[in-house]
Amino acid sequence: MKLYTLTAVALTTALAAGTATADLVMPDLSYRTGPYAAGGIPFSDGYQDYLNMLNARDGGIGGEELRIIECETGYNTEKGVECYESTKGEGALIYQPLSTGITYQLIPKATADKIPLHTMGYGRTSAANGEVFNWVFNYPANYWDAAGVIVNYLLDENGGDLKGKKVALVYHNSAYGKEPIRTLEALSAEHGFDFNPIAVDHPGQEQKSQWLQIRRERPDYVLMWGWGVMNQVAIQEAANIGFPMENFIGNWWSGAEHDVTPAGDGANGYKSLNMNRIGDLPVFADIKKHVHDAGNAAGDGSNLGTVLYTRGMYAAMLAQEAIASAQKIHGVSDVTAAMVRDGMEALAITADRMKELGMENIGPAFDVSCENHGGSGLGIVQQWNATDSKWVALTDYIEPNKAVTDPLIAEDSAAFAEENGITPACFKG
Amino acid sequence: MFYREAGDFKTSYAADNQTFPIAFDRYRYWVVLAIAFLVMPFIINDYWANALLIPFLIYAIAAIGLNILTGYCGQVSLGTGAFMAVGAYSCYKLMTAFPDVSILIHVVLAGGITAMVGAAFGLPSLRIKGFYLAVATLAAQFFLVWLFNKVPWFYNNSASGQISAPERFVFGVPVTGANTDAWAVYLVCLVFVTGSAIIARNMTRGSMGRKWMAIRDMDIAAEIIGVNPLRAKLSAFAVSSFFVGISGALFFSVYLGAVEVGEVFGINKSFLVLFMVIIGGLGSIFGSFAGAAFIVCLPVVLKLIGVDLFGWPPDLVAHFNLIIVGLLIMFFLIKEPHGLAQLWRVAKEKLRLWPFPH
Repeated sequence: MKLYTLTAVALTTALAAGTATADLVMPDLSYRTGPYAAGGIPFSDGYQDYLNMLNARDGGIGGEELRIIECETGYNTEKGVECYESTKGEGALIYQPLSTGITYQLIPKATADKIPLHTMGYGRTSAANGEVFNWVFNYPANYWDAAGVIVNYLLDENGGDLKGKKVALVYHNSAYGKEPIRTLEALSAEHGFDFNPIAVDHPGQEQKSQWLQIRRERPDYVLMWGWGVMNQVAIQEAANIGFPMENFIGNWWSGAEHDVTPAGDGANGYKSLNMNRIGDLPVFADIKKHVHDAGNAAGDGSNLGTVLYTRGMYAAMLAQEAIASAQKIHGVSDVTAAMVRDGMEALAITADRMKELGMENIGPAFDVSCENHGGSGLGIVQQWNATDSKWVALTDYIEPNKAVTDPLIAEDSAAFAEENGITPACFKG
Repeated sequence: MFYREAGDFKTSYAADNQTFPIAFDRYRYWVVLAIAFLVMPFIINDYWANALLIPFLIYAIAAIGLNILTGYCGQVSLGTGAFMAVGAYSCYKLMTAFPDVSILIHVVLAGGITAMVGAAFGLPSLRIKGFYLAVATLAAQFFLVWLFNKVPWFYNNSASGQISAPERFVFGVPVTGANTDAWAVYLVCLVFVTGSAIIARNMTRGSMGRKWMAIRDMDIAAEIIGVNPLRAKLSAFAVSSFFVGISGALFFSVYLGAVEVGEVFGINKSFLVLFMVIIGGLGSIFGSFAGAAFIVCLPVVLKLIGVDLFGWPPDLVAHFNLIIVGLLIMFFLIKEPHGLAQLWRVAKEKLRLWPFPH
């Protein structure tokens, strides 16, 4: 019973401290521990640093200070639920859990609590159908888009013909890794390539047998849906069996600096998708000046400008724009979660606005609408240059294969709507 | 002074055999039940329910199950996570196949299915003991998780390979799905916990429990005095898996709502429940509750103190949690192998003599 009393005391103090201030509450469900921390840390650093920079430079958004509540999930769904429950009472405006597993937990909860969920390039793909998933957004792109982008890229490389090619998919054996399989199966039927999914179990430190299988079957291309320690191991194993790196393509969660550096020169030529641009952006100088030099850097401050840091910052920028658009729609600066949802649905990211924010071309320009919560789905292909320790963009934004993915999204979201008794419609108050 | 047998006269065998022979214990038991059933549902909120109480109740059932197998019958098992998964997946299949049947019945049936699976995986225990049996149950852990990942029938061919609980009602109140109220979910779990604890407590006090304990203490001697090891061991596996299956079914359907087998029911879950049993106390129903409460509360309490009160970075606190749990397990294994339950027993002994210890 002592523990309960202690908890109660601590809880009441925490709640009392929370309700005293009226500001824009941004929960950050981060993970800085466990086998996925390597990806969680830079993303969270980017997310927090950008929001802190807005506080320091602009005094928040529309004159309202932002308050970040960080909660450690360890990429674990139970802890994710606990984090959600402990932060939602503080007036959380938007959740970005950076985990497909936690996203699946939060979709029904956030919908019932009327708090928007932004799962940028992860989560449930069919949430792109905004008529079924009123409170869930996965712009600017989703997994099925990623599968389409990769296949379009391969088509381009092979003169438009993939007939008879063997494509293997090394995937994290979870909801995350299984997401693209359906799309890739549809695409393999369409383009006549041979598709072979190979599962890697959580956390992915042991992949000898999978790569032995790849060595035996000699696929022309290996795609990867990996995250955390699984990426590093896969790239190392691919280097060990001498698989041609330029034929090994990861998705956008399998292409950060920390994924390739452990394999050293062996990783040279490894390719991955990216949904945001890489390289130096003017906004980094502002973050350095207002946050890092002021001693407020999230984490150890060493991740500025890395792939996932940039993506975390990009996510924060999309949240900022959504809040700003909500403030404009409703004419108040102290917006609620429901208003932010309206702002997200009316979001329009233009090239001019990105330039204005100091992140020119960080992502594609896109509009969100009630029907389409998924954005444009464009992605670039980047390649790792081990000598310069640098990612190099190989292509411009590549179109996904909407003709294949749209019917799949319609089908999957209709099944969800039926299971949960939802009548697809635009959200009206 | 208050806590003593003296003056509490038993006039029947039933009274003499009751679970709590001391009057004070009996009142305390009824007070705890009354608070749990009559007070908590009115003051509970989402945070308390989802962060503390519901995981505590569900883990308590799992710990009771494992305690029967490991604590009472002496058979080490590392397959708890997988047996919880069996409960979860049977519950899911039953829920989707028979939507009109009450979820409560499905949960019990899921426990029954898990009991059969558990008994099947308990067969090796007739030949092997100790570490070797632990490895055999470890095989169950990996095999079952692999199976639920591999065969799409188990997850009704969903694209993500996840199972998610559709909305189900008890007396017209939703207890699974998105629109649940904290009190309803809490009460469902509480009913199952209370039922499980009462059944488990009485089983372990009866002839069955005595057979288990005889096998645990020395199986050859037990066999000589007429305990059938086949029946005793397999019944321990079946009963243990029944409770573990119920906890898995509740874990999936009312607590999480959507489950990914590899992550939620992996080897980590098996260890977590084993730690609960070790810290709480092997061979004690109270210990199962104490261990579950401890492991569930510790990270939350540490977070509240560390992050909210002192403003430490959350990752530091998460690491502290690992260190503290590890240290405590070592401490308990060396200093108090009977866990929190033994501390409780010692406290009760002291109370009996208080305030005149001599």
